[in-house]
Amino acid sequence: MEIRIRDLAKDFGDFPALFGVDLDIRSGELLALLGPSGSGKTTLLRILAGLEAPTWGRVFFGDEDASATSVRERRVGFVFQHYALFRHMTVADNIAFGLTVRPKAERPSRAEIARRVQELLDLVQLPDLARRYPSQLSGGQRQRVALARALAVEPRVLFLDEPFGALDAQVRKDLRKWLREIHDRTGYTTVFVTHDQDEALELADRVVVLNKGRIEQIGTPDEIYDAPASPFVFDFIGDASRIPVTVEHGGVVVDGRRLALPVEVLGQGAATLYVRPQHWTIGAPDAPGALAATVAGTRRHGVSRRLDTTLGDGRAVEIDVPPETRVAAGDRLSLLPTRWRLFFADGAAAAVAPVRDPGRVAAS
Amino acid sequence: MATDQTFPLDPPRPRALPVPPPIGETVVARWTLVAIAGLFLALVLVLPIAGVFTEGLRKGIWAYFKSFGDPDALASIQLTLLVAVISVPANLVFGVAASWAITKFDFPGKSLLITLIDLPFSVSPVVSGLVFVLLFGAQGLFGPFLAAHGLKVIFAVPGLVLATIFVTFPFVARELIPLMEAQGAADEEAALTLGASGWTIFRRVTLPNIKWGLLYGVLLCNARAMGEFGAVSVVSGHIRGLTNTMPLQVEILYNEYDFVGAFAMASILAGLALITLVLKTFLEWRFGDELAANRRH
Repeated sequence: MEIRIRDLAKDFGDFPALFGVDLDIRSGELLALLGPSGSGKTTLLRILAGLEAPTWGRVFFGDEDASATSVRERRVGFVFQHYALFRHMTVADNIAFGLTVRPKAERPSRAEIARRVQELLDLVQLPDLARRYPSQLSGGQRQRVALARALAVEPRVLFLDEPFGALDAQVRKDLRKWLREIHDRTGYTTVFVTHDQDEALELADRVVVLNKGRIEQIGTPDEIYDAPASPFVFDFIGDASRIPVTVEHGGVVVDGRRLALPVEVLGQGAATLYVRPQHWTIGAPDAPGALAATVAGTRRHGVSRRLDTTLGDGRAVEIDVPPETRVAAGDRLSLLPTRWRLFFADGAAAAVAPVRDPGRVAAS
Repeated sequence: MATDQTFPLDPPRPRALPVPPPIGETVVARWTLVAIAGLFLALVLVLPIAGVFTEGLRKGIWAYFKSFGDPDALASIQLTLLVAVISVPANLVFGVAASWAITKFDFPGKSLLITLIDLPFSVSPVVSGLVFVLLFGAQGLFGPFLAAHGLKVIFAVPGLVLATIFVTFPFVARELIPLMEAQGAADEEAALTLGASGWTIFRRVTLPNIKWGLLYGVLLCNARAMGEFGAVSVVSGHIRGLTNTMPLQVEILYNEYDFVGAFAMASILAGLALITLVLKTFLEWRFGDELAANRRH
């Protein structure tokens, strides 16, 4: 099921939760709505499901205008953040609920329902828990049951609201992988909401980054991580150092020194240079056309070693180096970004010329 | 002198010093507080209830039961049951509807409704009764209309029911609103996305979630409905055998120095209170996590 969202807006009283949202969700894709709390991601999901009515705009399910249809007519599966399992029903009854509430004419036979429930329990890898009550399950098991319950009605699209938000780190990781497998096996168009960038980047085919009710960027995890479209996305996804610079005559000037970048930057004025810790080359101190930095400290950071360095004006810059690199606090270095983005004060990304693999230079 | 290098392998542990409990009160202070509380309870609760039963049985078990044989006494018991049977279900429906509306929807006047539900708790029962006299009494707002159509509200059963409903309507709603608020709407939304209709959602999801809280509210509502004196007294008119409920009958008998009769009748009310207490305690013990009252306390 393909979903198109056109010029969607939602106000809660005077508070605009969403505005000007345009989005195409492709059939069969696994899409993440990523953003900090208050960015409107859950509101968007609830509007898609029909649990919330938009103030403005339209939602199309395929060619059908779904804006005026009720939740029941939309036939969507929705998995709630806190599972919302019916606590007075067994796992089997929970999963069967969507089938048993159908009008008599459309309701499958009891045997058919039982068969379907068992099939779904097998799919979510809980084959023996049919007779348990939700209170007897762990968080991860509850989430699986909630998913099985949503799938039982064979929805046209599957929505998950912070599906792993309430689980601990290890369970989360396992479930993430498992959800991807389920998605690949069943082929449901799936949209999930998360505030966890790792979850979005690892799990989704495409990621929609939301901020303050607007879409900041839509792209594959690679695009989002490697080419953030706005300062917000750069700050929100992954680590980055921000260095205030001035753009003059096509060059980037820091502390009165023009950086030796192999491109010409278009535009003029104050800007901010964004660089990820792993996108630096380190040179001998006082190399011309590079930033001068002093190592303030080093710490182990996953597979690499992270250097906390300070520039001349005291601004901190984080750099990832191989752990065997011999550096110590007090060492002086010169730094040159290999990959970077430049945003002017109004948030516009600076264009560069000539257009040849922007931001990437041979190690100097 | 050379130091001896042998150390005991297991040095004796220093003995734990008696540490005063962190809350700080001494044993004497704690027992004094408990004693005061116990004495107070005995004085204002246990003693009077025991008194009710001993006074009722003062002239023997025969006189005790004989007093219920009086037609007026029997009529008052029947009337009390009738009033409860009408007003408790009425408040059950109202309480569920109001709680549902307040917790699941937003609508204009919502906070006003919440405030109004509490009104009977803050208004003197006598005033509650007077309101109905002013509305439906002979000189009241609807008095001429009712008289013209031969309907009697005040000094008749409808007035008693109205006054009782008024006084007891917060009980169910007050129990359900915090409970349903805490549960949120996620269960109902889940049922909705699974294709259930409104009535099915109420019957299969909402009602099972609130059933113990509802029962608890109904229990308290019923206890109050049977025991209400003030409001009912105003609208009753004290017509023997017709508009006297049990609490009113107790007063009449007492004023006529029929102590056995008065206390025998009172003992039924006291017994009802004890049964309510036992059931209430059982509900709180067994389904405490599903009762809003427990979270409030």
